[in-house]
Amino acid sequence: MNRMERKHPDAAGKRIGVLDLQGDVCEHLDHLTRLDVAAGPVKQAKDFEGLAGLILPGGESTCLARLLRAFKIDEIIVRKFRNGMKLWGTCAGAILLAKSLVGEAPHLGLIDIEVERNGFGSQLDSFACLASVPKVDPMPIPLTFIRAPKIVRVGKGVEVLLEMGDFIAAAESADVLVTVFHPELTPSLAFHRYFADKCGLSTADGKTVATDWDRTSWMKFARINAGDSEPCPLGDVAEAGCSG
Amino acid sequence: MDAKRYELNVQLAQMLKGGVIMDVTNVEQAKIAEEAGAVAVMALERVPADIRRDGGVARMSDPAMIAEIKKAVSIPVMAKARIGHFVEAQIIEALKIDYIDESEVLTPADEECHIDKTRFSIPFVCGARNLGEALRRIAEGAAMIRTKGEAGTGNVVEAVRHMRTMNREIRQLANMPVEEVTGFAKANGIPYELALKVKELGRLPVVNFAAGGIATPADAALMMQLGCDGVFVGSGIFKSATPAVRAQAIVKATAYFNDPVKVLEASMGLGQAMPGLEISAIPEEQLLAKRGW
Repeated sequence: MNRMERKHPDAAGKRIGVLDLQGDVCEHLDHLTRLDVAAGPVKQAKDFEGLAGLILPGGESTCLARLLRAFKIDEIIVRKFRNGMKLWGTCAGAILLAKSLVGEAPHLGLIDIEVERNGFGSQLDSFACLASVPKVDPMPIPLTFIRAPKIVRVGKGVEVLLEMGDFIAAAESADVLVTVFHPELTPSLAFHRYFADKCGLSTADGKTVATDWDRTSWMKFARINAGDSEPCPLGDVAEAGCSG
Repeated sequence: MDAKRYELNVQLAQMLKGGVIMDVTNVEQAKIAEEAGAVAVMALERVPADIRRDGGVARMSDPAMIAEIKKAVSIPVMAKARIGHFVEAQIIEALKIDYIDESEVLTPADEECHIDKTRFSIPFVCGARNLGEALRRIAEGAAMIRTKGEAGTGNVVEAVRHMRTMNREIRQLANMPVEEVTGFAKANGIPYELALKVKELGRLPVVNFAAGGIATPADAALMMQLGCDGVFVGSGIFKSATPAVRAQAIVKATAYFNDPVKVLEASMGLGQAMPGLEISAIPEEQLLAKRGW
C-alpha cells in the first residue's frame, strides 16, 4: 500500500531521515537503503523520533523555506540539532543550512558558510563532472550540479572538502555536511556512507558505487498508487510515503 | 541533446517534485508566486481562462516579457511554445530560461508533428491525456510530462480523467504477460521499449505533474493522492479573489496532500475561487486537451 518501504531501525534504534516537504526525497531514500541504513521520510514532528541524522534534499529553497516556517518544522530541526542530530544539506538543503546568503536573509543558519544561490545561471548551465574528494572516497566521485548554488566563503570550524575554481562545492563542520551538488543523482554512495558514519550509523560493507543504479531507481519509492490509496488515518500520515 | 544533457533535464524535473508550478503574466505575479513557495513559474501573456475567452490564435509570449520575469525571480522559469512550432522553441532556448512547455493551451502550429525535442539542450514538458500520448512525447525527447486536464476551466474533472486513464493503463501494462506488450504497444501507439520500461517501473519513466483545472487546495491534494508528482496551477490562482493567499494554500496542500487536517487548514477563508466552466458547455472545437495526439 505504501509508496515506500521502510527499514526497521538498527540495534541502536537510530536512523536517518529525509525532510519530505518538497524535492528529491525518494532519491536519497534509495541511496540510504542501498547502504542498509534505516531511513524514512520526515514530514511531521513525530517523524523526528530516533533520528541520528536528517538530510535536507534538493528542491527549491524558497519553497522549502516557506514550508519549514509555516509548519514550524524549522524550530524542531534546530532543537534536535542542539540535541545531537547531524544534518546534511544537498543543493537547496545547503542554502537552508547556511549562516549567510548573498543578498538575502538566511534560513536555519546552522553552519558558518556563505552561499550564493543560482551560482551558475539557468538549466542550460547545469552540468556533471568527476572530482576527487579524498576525505570521502579514495576514488573520484561523479558530481551533478542542477541550477546549483556556490559556497563562496567558510567560517571558523568549517572544513572545505572540495574546492572547484572560484567556489567551494562541499564543506563540513563537526555536525553539519553541505554539498551544492547531488550525490543522490549519481551511482556513487560515497557521500551517503560518509554522512552515515558522521551520524554514528553502520553501513553495509564494501560497495561505494551502486552498479545497478540508473536515473529511474528512485521510482520504486514513488509508484502510482491510484486505486489502492486510502485516506490517511488522522494524525498518522507519516506512513504515506514520500510526496515526490 | 546528448544522453547526459537529457539526464540533467529529467533531474531538474525531479527537483520540482511535490511542488506547485504557477502561471504568471507579469513581474508582480511572478514575485507573488515565488513568495508563496512556487517551485517554478510559467511565464505567459494570458492565462488559459483569458485565452479561452479571447479566442483567436494564441502564440508564444513576447520574449521581452519572459525575460523580465526571468530577471525578477530566482526560481526556474518556464515558457510555452506552440505544438510543433520548433522556431518558437529555438527562440525560448536562446532566451536561456529553464524549461519549455510544448503546450496545447496555445494554438497548434503543426497538426501532424510535435517538436523534435532531441535537437534541443533545453528541457521540454509536454501534455498527455493517456499513457500512449505521454510515451510518444517522451520518445520525442520530453523530459517531463503533465496530464493535460482542460486548462482555463477551473474544473478538475478532466485532470482527474487523464490521471486515472494514465494510471489504469500503467496498471494494465504492469500486470500483463510480456508477450501481450507488443499488441498493447501497437494498439496504443507506444514505442515498445518504453512500454517495457513502464511495465518494469510501474509508473511513467519521468516526472509527471497534473495540470488543467486545478483551482483549490483540495484539487491539488486530490491530484497528488491520485499519484502525480506535483501540480501546475494556471488560471486558478490569479483568477481568484485572493491570489497570494490561495497560492500559499495550494503549496501547503500539495506538500501535505495526505494529511486531511493540514489540507483543511489550508482550505479555510480563501475567498472566491475562480469561476468554473462546465466541460459539456464548451463547444467541441474549443476543447484544448484535444490538441496534439
